Amino acid sequence: MKERLVVIGNGMAGIRALEELLKIAPEQYDITVFGAEPYENYNRIMLSPVLAGEKTIDDIILNDAAWYEDNNITLHKGKEISEINRASRQVIASDGTTAEYDRLLIATGSNPFILPLPGNDLEGVISFRDIHDVNVMIDVAKQHKHAVVIGGGLLGLEAANGLMQQGMSVTVVHLMDTLMERQLDAPAANMLRKSLEERGMHFLLSAQTEAIIGKQRVEKVRLKDGTEIYADLVVMAVGIRPNIELAKKSGIHCERGIVVNDTLQTYDPRIYAVGECVQHRGQAYGLVAPLFEMAKVCANHLAQHGIGRYEGSITSTKLKVTGIDLFSAGDFNGNDNTEELIFQDAASGVYRKLVVQDNRIKGAVMYGDTIDGTWYFDLMRDETDISDFRSTLLFGQAHLGDSGHGDDNRVVSMSDSAEICGCNGVCKGDIIKSITEKKLFTLEDVRAHTKASSSCGSCTGLVEALLAHTVGGDYSVAPHQKPLCGCTDHTHDDIRRVIREQELKSIPAVREFLEWKTPDGCPKCRTALNYYLVCQWPDLKTDDSQSRFINERAHANIQKDGTFSVIPRMWGGGTTPNELRAIADVAEKFKVKTVHVTGGQRIALYGLKKEELPVIWKDLNEAGMVSGHAYGKALRTVKTCVGKEWCRFGTQDSTHLGIELEKMTWGSWMPHKFKMAVSGCPRNCAEATIKDFGVVCVDSGYELHVGGNGGIKVRATDLLCSVKTEEEAMEYSAAFIQLYREEAHYLERTAPWIERVGLSYVKEKIVEDEENRKALAGRFLYSQKFMQDDPWKQRAEGAEQHEFTPIKKVG
Amino acid sequence: MQATKQNDITDWLEVGELDSIPRLGARVVQTPDGDIAIFRTADDRVFALRDKCPHKGGPLSQGIVHGDRVACPLHDWKISLDSGTAVAPDEGCAASFPIKMENNTVYLSLIPNEGCPQD
Repeated sequence: MKERLVVIGNGMAGIRALEELLKIAPEQYDITVFGAEPYENYNRIMLSPVLAGEKTIDDIILNDAAWYEDNNITLHKGKEISEINRASRQVIASDGTTAEYDRLLIATGSNPFILPLPGNDLEGVISFRDIHDVNVMIDVAKQHKHAVVIGGGLLGLEAANGLMQQGMSVTVVHLMDTLMERQLDAPAANMLRKSLEERGMHFLLSAQTEAIIGKQRVEKVRLKDGTEIYADLVVMAVGIRPNIELAKKSGIHCERGIVVNDTLQTYDPRIYAVGECVQHRGQAYGLVAPLFEMAKVCANHLAQHGIGRYEGSITSTKLKVTGIDLFSAGDFNGNDNTEELIFQDAASGVYRKLVVQDNRIKGAVMYGDTIDGTWYFDLMRDETDISDFRSTLLFGQAHLGDSGHGDDNRVVSMSDSAEICGCNGVCKGDIIKSITEKKLFTLEDVRAHTKASSSCGSCTGLVEALLAHTVGGDYSVAPHQKPLCGCTDHTHDDIRRVIREQELKSIPAVREFLEWKTPDGCPKCRTALNYYLVCQWPDLKTDDSQSRFINERAHANIQKDGTFSVIPRMWGGGTTPNELRAIADVAEKFKVKTVHVTGGQRIALYGLKKEELPVIWKDLNEAGMVSGHAYGKALRTVKTCVGKEWCRFGTQDSTHLGIELEKMTWGSWMPHKFKMAVSGCPRNCAEATIKDFGVVCVDSGYELHVGGNGGIKVRATDLLCSVKTEEEAMEYSAAFIQLYREEAHYLERTAPWIERVGLSYVKEKIVEDEENRKALAGRFLYSQKFMQDDPWKQRAEGAEQHEFTPIKKVG
Repeated sequence: MQATKQNDITDWLEVGELDSIPRLGARVVQTPDGDIAIFRTADDRVFALRDKCPHKGGPLSQGIVHGDRVACPLHDWKISLDSGTAVAPDEGCAASFPIKMENNTVYLSLIPNEGCPQD
């Protein structure tokens, strides 16, 4: 018989945990859910838009009755659990319904805090917590005029805005002298107050409510200073308290919330708790992102899967008031040890402040233009060293502008037809429609459903901003440490470390050791693991061709019609009449449709059938040409100018150095494609400053540049250092490549890698530490001994024949 | 999706030995009506699909096989090997063909299973 899982609480956290559980272990439990509210699971964070009339209740239902039915979940709506009998492992609802459990999940959420004021039980005094409250507010607004909201925090302002949209005159009474003091500093709070006042909201700040006055129904609110305000409706929005009564009564250890460990178990290991009712490492959360992170870990543990742990969350906030953009995260007030970076433009209503300590972002407040909020949040969460770009930090992440959206073209003000994802042609309207209609919460969901940001990824920031804007700020952000893929909870770095330390030498060995969740992985992890093994154990034959993308399996680039392109290597961009003749002959012999010169100074032949490839390679080999690896996550090309051999400005023999570099590095597999260039003088005709590794020759020697690329996000290189001789340039190049090969994540180019680890780190490893530089270069050259075997030649001589021939031809 | 009953098929075509198809890989049968991709999973089950992704016609035989799915090499759509349908939220399907194995030899029928609109 299946084990029985009972869930107390039909809210976002509990049901999210079930969704996660059903994904990984759909058959493991008989599931019963009790919910106190008479609804299916709905999106509580969307109550504000419902109150504001922008959405209906139906819009915010997350899982309808059919979902429970399809997943064989017994749902008891409108039944509150009154008792947990831990001895007999049974829960009892107030109407007498019982259910027995093997595992119990408590997700009772939180209750609004009701101020202990005289008159707080009058008719017309409510909180803002559930659908019932919203319905009451909407009804009252139809007949009455004056509303008072007690509490100028996030929830209070959203309630006030909604009531104003419903036609009421609203006064917000707030104890502190600025609004949202837990999320905003004074300048941002004042900007917010001004813009809400312009919309007609009234504020009484530094004001304490003394009593609520009325006979049966509320009539007035009286403040400590004697002021009285007319009120037909009073909304208390002064905070929430974890709902722990049931747990406490059942003898489960509670402090402020139900105390749980990193696997979300309470002191009774059969009983789990997630969501706003829990206290984890002393912290209780009231935003949705942490709840989702908890749900995932809890589901993993319920499924007896893996080793996921919840280690707490860093949260960020946005206000769901249409037309007002604000963002806040972390410690935005700072202290004696922190510094502040501030950008303020009152006229255009823009304010941003970053709190920085030891070159790490500790907190952020933004008002007016919040598109970079997710970027700052990532930098903060990853504790990225910002010293290398500190001076431009406040101006935001430049690459958001790359797909044609300038900084002033904020995501909210874009029209619905504005194209967000240029690769897949997805417009803003499509994304918002999917988010709202399909109830999407995470970037992954949006990618799966709309394809936006699923190709090159340059619009990820925009999509995240849209997601934040549409579902409110507390959409689910990725966990602190991103796992390699859905098949594992381990990160790239963890996996590489384990491969090295445990001496794992095959993909199945890695999967087994790290308890992969899928039997043979997915395209994402198989290709990554294959690279990590090839990089770690160059002298062993670990390469698994079935775990390589087709281009690297066929040693040619697949094109949109299924044909392939062939690009032979031309060392340093130079060629000879003999090579050109061979290319011309091949092009004629195989009726090549397109001959094209590439950006890396090579000649490409397009439209070739897969079967023809080994034969073409044979012809090219005979003229002395080898694979150009233009298809691989590998060393691609070294581009050069003619340098001092011909050019009147040339300072060094750039062509010679380029050829030497290419001879040293060709055939090496990399985390992503890797391009080099050598320019003979600072005029930089070989465009060395947008290459992964670029050399600019100067009179006194060689400037070495790293981390550039053209493409999606143009990034100019950073100067690594200057050296005097060709030999040094070669050694630094080998060391840089090896550092990148050993430490970057698979599919991470040098530019984002350097932005992640910092240029200072790369300098420390290569420039400042000679011993380490030589060791890195040595490891690279050792690895190259096993890599520099022309894959075309092997296949022209008959290797891997099955790859290139049909198994059968009919007719 | 209604698979054609295996017993009703009379015209089985011998494709080749199981071992001529790489594990977690595929080979192609060329026919006058277009290529058919023959897939082999890690546990030696075989599947046959029209070698054409329902998205933009990519050759599925060139994709990465994982579990019961193949990822199209062009835009990474995931296609179920047994039914030929795209994995949600993508929609569409590649026709599947009856396939069987006897004494390590793979046989194929060139008449597709019903259920997927023919192109």
